[in-house]
Amino acid sequence: MTAASKHTATTGNGNKICWSCKGPVDAVALFCDTCGAIQAPGQLDHFARFECARDFNVDIDAIEIQYLKQQQALHPDRFATKSAREKALSQQQAASLNEAFETLKNPVSRAEYMMRMNGVEPEGGEGQTVNDPALLMEAMEMREALDDAGDRAAIDTIIRDVRKMARDCEKEVATAINGGAYDAARKLTTRLRYLLKMAQEARAKKARLAAA
Amino acid sequence: MALLTIHEPGQTPLPHEEERKLAVGIDLGTTNSVVAMSRAEKSEVLRNPDGGSAIVPSVVHYAADGTVTVGEAARDLIDSEASQVVSSVKRLMGRGLEDVKSVAGTLPYHVEIPETVAGSDAATAEPQMVRLNVGNRVLTPVEVSADILRALKARAEAALEQDVEQAVITVPAYFDDAARTATKDAAKLAGIEVLRLVNEPTAAALAYGLDNGAEGLYAVYDLGGGTFDISLLKMQKGVFQVKSTGGDAALGGDDFDHAIVEHILAARKADGIDDTIDSSAAKRLLKVARAIKEALTERDQIDVAVDINDRETTHSITRTGFDAMIAKMVARTVSITEQVLDDADVLPEDVKGVVLVGGSTRVPAVRAAVASLFEQDPLSNIDPDEVVAVGAALQAEALTGGSDNLLLDVIPLSLGLETMGGIVEKVIDRNTPIPVAKGQEFTTYQDGQSAMMIHVVQGEREMVDQCRSLARFVLSGIPPMAAGAARIRVTFQVDADGLLTVSAREETTGTEQEVAVKPTYGINETDMANMLRDSMVNARGDMELRLLTEARVEARRNILAVQAAMKADAELLDADDEGAIAAAVTELETAMAGDDRQIINDLAEALDTASRPFAEKRMDRGIRRALAGQNVNSVGT
Repeated sequence: MTAASKHTATTGNGNKICWSCKGPVDAVALFCDTCGAIQAPGQLDHFARFECARDFNVDIDAIEIQYLKQQQALHPDRFATKSAREKALSQQQAASLNEAFETLKNPVSRAEYMMRMNGVEPEGGEGQTVNDPALLMEAMEMREALDDAGDRAAIDTIIRDVRKMARDCEKEVATAINGGAYDAARKLTTRLRYLLKMAQEARAKKARLAAA
Repeated sequence: MALLTIHEPGQTPLPHEEERKLAVGIDLGTTNSVVAMSRAEKSEVLRNPDGGSAIVPSVVHYAADGTVTVGEAARDLIDSEASQVVSSVKRLMGRGLEDVKSVAGTLPYHVEIPETVAGSDAATAEPQMVRLNVGNRVLTPVEVSADILRALKARAEAALEQDVEQAVITVPAYFDDAARTATKDAAKLAGIEVLRLVNEPTAAALAYGLDNGAEGLYAVYDLGGGTFDISLLKMQKGVFQVKSTGGDAALGGDDFDHAIVEHILAARKADGIDDTIDSSAAKRLLKVARAIKEALTERDQIDVAVDINDRETTHSITRTGFDAMIAKMVARTVSITEQVLDDADVLPEDVKGVVLVGGSTRVPAVRAAVASLFEQDPLSNIDPDEVVAVGAALQAEALTGGSDNLLLDVIPLSLGLETMGGIVEKVIDRNTPIPVAKGQEFTTYQDGQSAMMIHVVQGEREMVDQCRSLARFVLSGIPPMAAGAARIRVTFQVDADGLLTVSAREETTGTEQEVAVKPTYGINETDMANMLRDSMVNARGDMELRLLTEARVEARRNILAVQAAMKADAELLDADDEGAIAAAVTELETAMAGDDRQIINDLAEALDTASRPFAEKRMDRGIRRALAGQNVNSVGT
């Protein structure tokens, strides 16, 4: 039995009918315990999927090991000679596994996911504008500094500063989310998103300078 | 077979011998193609029966009498029958007329590219796929590629003395959806079932990774005839994860040849010779240029004589001179590489090894640039012309025979939708692992709007017209609502081949529309059907065979599932049910040995019916246990 199928046996989310052997199968099982057939993705939260606690401070390396182990079993490459239905299910399973891992890997999407799990809609989503004057001012100043930076050394300094700010901000996000302070968490997550975007733009500008 | 065969969930049981077809790996290159076959994780390139080179030049000659020649023989005709030879067709895969106009000067052949195609209305028609006038035929790049694939299939069949029907085909990581679809279509025309499209650098990494049992970060620098790809892969615990990729779909060794041609023409012009270059002279010049480039790999200088329109000139080209001609192009590959490292937040010194792929990496200036960027000598102990096919063959074996290794790839270019004002809203960012499914909600912007145009684009730029248009479709039947009230969810699904399907759904009413994205520059279904009919007399037979195989696979799964259930829940099985199931299994197995798909499907259905009472008892017990607060899975195992 692979670990990927084993851990779902303990979730106890009730039964559904296995499409293949028609017997009972756990609602969130990846594979049928009886006949081994791959199942459609169940409603499994990302933390449960990787067998870790609902804590913002995740051990991403441990999660990645789980992710790779499950991909080994679920990826469509494992079903290349199987029936069309099994291929399609593996596609769905691998896609939701990828989504779970990608969501937890990135601190911003992880924070937003945890807020949504608690019924809080994050800011700055579709169609929403951010109107925190302090943040807007900070973002504007960072952008001006980046525009003014004319050489690689100056940009490196900006990247270093922004990274440090992002790391500190991430810690604050963790404290807010784990403490249930969602109002603060929303604002901090928006700031973290800005900071990471700024670091990315700085790296892109550095690459452009190098190419010129 | 044993009555009960239980497999580990998720592990691929070996298919039965009669269903196990040979699967090869194909590197369908711009300049050269290679086919390889792997057994027991030993991959071998397939050569001509008379020994010789593994390389099949990706060159096709179309004779006036309809004879099609591929490879060396076709390349030898480039000089004498220039207008009937097509080379570097890969550069046109999935391309529209507009794209081709912009690269026309760099194409190594001068076949006519018609402004409009007979029978189409240029004013209203969607942008269409390029067609080539070759001799007296009009061909799409897909058909030309299919001819190359047929030749590779024939070579494999001759070398292996068996039918070959399945293949892993490699594509540049940077290939967009249109080019990937075009490649799959070409395989279909050639009668090859594509097990998987694998990115070339990933295949190369696989070839090295399996050999070396490597762990850590690896960069694959792939400079082929017409494309440049750079990929960063992490290898750990048997999983090859692509971290980031980048490249240029129109930069390669062919451009080096062009630089040399330009140099020669400029030198002649300086001597007062004003050449008018026809298609045949251009091809000859390119051949000379290629020879110069190859010679300069070993030597520091080469002298050549060039004779156009009976005016002969001699040229002395040094390695230093050549390096200067291509310096800009090499620098561009370096800056793309730096960008890819940045994307993955990696420094050059974090990279444990650099793999070189593609014939153009033989150019010393290229090697030097790569070595200086990564501060280490790149790996090249597998022939850079063969390494991709070797990796593809390993992957073909892994897919059909099972493997402990896994490739996790990413989407090379962001996918998005056009929104108000021609701005792109990204739905899936590049470097997202595939397969992936992602949705985004949009709304209407006018009161009572009943339809919405969904325009799917691929690329990194912010404006629609700077990205590549993949498909347009209309979601209609939206009920009249105030602007902004409708909730339209557009879902993008990218499969493990990197191919996209888009669906749109109005959430309040459930109005739904789905399109497998047939790229704007692709071949439509009717044309595809016509081509299949024209080119393959046995297309129907192939399709039947595929359906028959699928029916057998499904029937076998059915039997294994029932037998597994009989073993697990034996105490629920009474003699009547057991007898009925056993009889149904025997009948189905007999049918599976035959060739009648319909009978197999009917008897599989009969097995379902025969096992239904047993399945119901199993479900009843499952429900009773669940109600009793017991976990089904912890009982009886």
